[in-house]
Amino acid sequence: MLELLYAVVVGPVKDMLGAPTFLAEVVIGGLAAGLMYSLVALGFVLIYKASGVFNFAQGVMVLFAALTLVGLMERGAPLVAALALTMLVMGALAFAIERVVLRPLVNQEQIILFMATIGLNFFLEGFGELVWGSNVKRLDVGIPDSSFMLWGIQINRLEMTAALTAAVLVAVMAVFFQRTRIGRALRAVADDHEAALSIGIPLNTIWIVVWSVAGLVAIVAGIMWGAKSGVQFSLSLIALKALPVLILGGFTSVPGAIVGGLIIGVGEKLAEVYWGPLVGGAIENWFAYVLALAFLLFRPQGLFGERIIERV
Amino acid sequence: MIYREAGQFKSTYAADQAVFPIRQDRILVGLALVAAVVALPLVADEYWLQAVLIPFLIYALAALGLNLLTGYAGQVSLGTGGFMAVGAYSAFKLSSAFPWLNIIVVFLLAGLITALVGLMFGIPSLRIKGFYLAVATLAAQFFLVWLFNKVAWFTDYASSGTITAPPRTVLGVMVTGPEATAEVRYLTALILVGLFAVIAKNLVRGRVGRSWMAIRDRDIAAEIIGVRPLRTKLLAFAVSSFFIGVAGAEYVFLYLGSAETLAFDINLSFLVLFMIIIGGLGSILGSFLGAAFIVMVPIFLTNVPHLLDLAMPVALQKQIELMVFGGLIILFLIVEPNGLARLWQIGKEKLRLWPFPY
Amino acid sequence: MTLRRVMFALLALSVIALPLTESAWAQAKEMFIPSLVYRTGPYAPSGTPFANGVWDYLTMLNERDGGINGIKLVVEECETQYDTKQGVECYERLKGKGALVFNPLSTGITYQLIPKAGVDHVVVHSMGYGMTAAADGRWFPWVFNFPTTYWSQASAVIRYIGQQEGGLEKLKGKKIVHVYHNSPYGKEANPTLEELARKYGFELTLLAVDHPGQEQKATWLQVRRINPQWIYMSGWGVMNQVAVKEAAAINFPMDHFIGNWWSASEADVIPAGDGAKGYKGATFHAPGTNFKVHADIVKHVYDKGKNIGPKEKIGEALYNRGVINAMYMTEAFRTAMAKYGNKPLTAEQARWGYEHFNLTDARLDQIGLKGFTHPVKVTCEDHEGNGPVLIQQWDGKKWSVVSDWVQPMREVVRPKLEAAAVEEGKKLGYTMRDCSKEN
Repeated sequence: MLELLYAVVVGPVKDMLGAPTFLAEVVIGGLAAGLMYSLVALGFVLIYKASGVFNFAQGVMVLFAALTLVGLMERGAPLVAALALTMLVMGALAFAIERVVLRPLVNQEQIILFMATIGLNFFLEGFGELVWGSNVKRLDVGIPDSSFMLWGIQINRLEMTAALTAAVLVAVMAVFFQRTRIGRALRAVADDHEAALSIGIPLNTIWIVVWSVAGLVAIVAGIMWGAKSGVQFSLSLIALKALPVLILGGFTSVPGAIVGGLIIGVGEKLAEVYWGPLVGGAIENWFAYVLALAFLLFRPQGLFGERIIERV
Repeated sequence: MIYREAGQFKSTYAADQAVFPIRQDRILVGLALVAAVVALPLVADEYWLQAVLIPFLIYALAALGLNLLTGYAGQVSLGTGGFMAVGAYSAFKLSSAFPWLNIIVVFLLAGLITALVGLMFGIPSLRIKGFYLAVATLAAQFFLVWLFNKVAWFTDYASSGTITAPPRTVLGVMVTGPEATAEVRYLTALILVGLFAVIAKNLVRGRVGRSWMAIRDRDIAAEIIGVRPLRTKLLAFAVSSFFIGVAGAEYVFLYLGSAETLAFDINLSFLVLFMIIIGGLGSILGSFLGAAFIVMVPIFLTNVPHLLDLAMPVALQKQIELMVFGGLIILFLIVEPNGLARLWQIGKEKLRLWPFPY
Repeated sequence: MTLRRVMFALLALSVIALPLTESAWAQAKEMFIPSLVYRTGPYAPSGTPFANGVWDYLTMLNERDGGINGIKLVVEECETQYDTKQGVECYERLKGKGALVFNPLSTGITYQLIPKAGVDHVVVHSMGYGMTAAADGRWFPWVFNFPTTYWSQASAVIRYIGQQEGGLEKLKGKKIVHVYHNSPYGKEANPTLEELARKYGFELTLLAVDHPGQEQKATWLQVRRINPQWIYMSGWGVMNQVAVKEAAAINFPMDHFIGNWWSASEADVIPAGDGAKGYKGATFHAPGTNFKVHADIVKHVYDKGKNIGPKEKIGEALYNRGVINAMYMTEAFRTAMAKYGNKPLTAEQARWGYEHFNLTDARLDQIGLKGFTHPVKVTCEDHEGNGPVLIQQWDGKKWSVVSDWVQPMREVVRPKLEAAAVEEGKKLGYTMRDCSKEN
């Protein structure tokens, strides 16, 4: 019994403190991974905040954006032009989604809209593969995937770039929602569609705007994740790793996405590296969810989410 | 004209409270049962039984369980795959530890074990609500799958890491194992799902079901009028997990024959959730309709090119299938957000007035 | 309102149309060959070249020779997306059309089909994958996994590492890490590796990567900490690409990183770009297009426009794997026809052909694959052929073979295999057959 306690509690802590540079590497790796998760979570948050829809298709949108970008680059477009074109494509997609999916389902229950995004998920999966093919594509945006040493800690250039981009993007989004008129309009729409309509907020335009911005975030996420693993179908599964970030940070909070991401990223990596070997490894996936669950028990709306007010 | 209740009088309270009060309904259900039990096994070939009807029945049972939890009690759960895995693995362990035990009893015991596990994982529902709960049940999903992967005891230390359905007989007829015929397995699944459907229907029409629906609609108000949230929610989790556990055991024993943990991953959870949303939340018939939709539409779409004698490359076919499937889901939701069960209800109401429009 | 009508029409149509599904059957003088593929879905990058290889080889035989000994081959592909349920659906739909052999191409689907093989009388050929224990033909007469299995591969890779270090005894004290996909497939090699670690004294660390393996930072941090001399990987899908990238990112010497034969294809190394140079992989056939068969494929399939995939991808590692799978199948059929006559075979005859499969170097030369792969001999007890393994290396542009045939350690693998076969066979209620009583 005592040995068990020792093995579970004291052993890993001793391990951690015994090799501080390695601990620093794990923590930095975790922070970087967490920020990459935040990138994906940000898309979810944007759409939920502004249209009250939990967009199941966000992962596929990341994949679709990455596929479009790489597809255009493979056909000879230079990076900047390809980016611009992809942005246009995502905008067109947002327009189409608003017309076909959201407009007919205005003011339906959340779960119905959720199901509609599931249908969208299947559709985009098939469509993306149809247009761009199912091979693995190499995504090269000019960021080398090499490492350099800083105070004895190995740091990866690609990860640092991704982390910085994520941080900048999140900061921009936060400012956008808090300070601009459109941001306020988005928050109003998230609160109540019909009320927003009644005070003259153009629902359809707002939705197109928000889904386009989510598309932009999807492009960035697609680039970062695609550079790490090549652009292929499995990219859409990254949404599952972003869900714990969402619940920890709160579905409606942009800073929550970043803080949640950091906590989940570091927690995951520390658990896997120091406690994983005790139970045979591969505990990352469920540990992230258990961590988020633990936080939820204390704050049921997530760390930064809107307080859930219940009325009789 | 045909579907009128004129002339059907009820003289007892029991008759008034019947599940199918209209005689035409009773005749229809009776015919359907006869067709399902007698006609289908004779007419359907092995492909139909093995690849369409048996999975339909098993998914219908799982959808039934999830509908009780999500449709009636309002607790969104994404842990269905993990619970089906619990059912399957406990059935496997029980049947290998007690080979003399009747396989139906094994299924029921596996359901009980799953109910206990579901109870445990349902405890966070007392604090967490809505989509947050859904994502929290994902913790159950991932943890359970990891557990079955990691602990070799669950697969009896098999080198292959998979569980296999052993050959077992009921009343002298081979029910599971490679020798069991598709007809026998189909009938077993049919009888089990029919039984559970009757149990579920009675549950939701009684006090328990009403307390679930009260929690779903206004849980604070329900608490005020005396519905105990702790007991009600945990009961919902337990009963739902029982159904799902039996479905999981059937999944391996009656359908796949042999499975690894990848068969119970998150896609299965999402699949069953889609079934109840499309079929209709809060409806027993809806679970069946949703399962039928999700099982049969992809098969139909796969076979359409053969019907039209189109030679399409397989990849293109699959991609178009996905697109059409997604499009159909959106179409259905736009036309009837409350699911196929509501469409059925509207159909019946129209039929009562037919041939008059109103 | 019209939308509602459209939907009712669709529903009605589907209810009526479903029972009418049917397709052409193979006629006399033809043999039906089902091809389970995954050209879409998460594993499409690996499945597509394989499917193309199978299709091209069989079509080439039809075009060039009119089939096998005059019997034409009717090939029908069925998309499984590597999903077990869709695999079952494909199997049930195609087995009634006179299918003799199924190549499931997925461990999950293989385990599904193994119990059915004996009942439905179809041969299941899980070439180098699936249930390793099925190599004991006395328990599983209808299941074949030649030319070699995961356990043999692991032992052969250890032997190769020993060769590189200057002898197996030099392995003592060295650190070897096995990075594996957290599924029964990934764990296959572990018991064999553990036993070899005990035998030769090297320090083995097993690192599991959770499905799908999109994010492997923690694993590779641990690898960095352990600082092993060699890494062996049993990966699948996106896990491979990410692993190769991560290994390159931590500056691990790529020529000490060996992937198993499902982790060493073009799709796995392309995303890493230059970082993947030097990465090694195991295989049981040569890569590339310098074989007469490939020239024939170009002439009879691509030039006639009967291909599915693009011409540039001929000769990829997994394309050649498809070719070898199709070649094994057709040669087994020929073996059976030599005994039973040149007419469409029955299932038992096909099984006989597989069980008496004997591919020699001379025959390989005859069919235009000289030096492509090792000779294989299958017997009643040994459905594995106990084949040796080649190591290939990626140089940034293509794979090339960098070793001789490395023999597996049969003395370690076979006893474990036989014990596992007893266990798996008993689970299904089989009895062991006596090979001396068969012909």
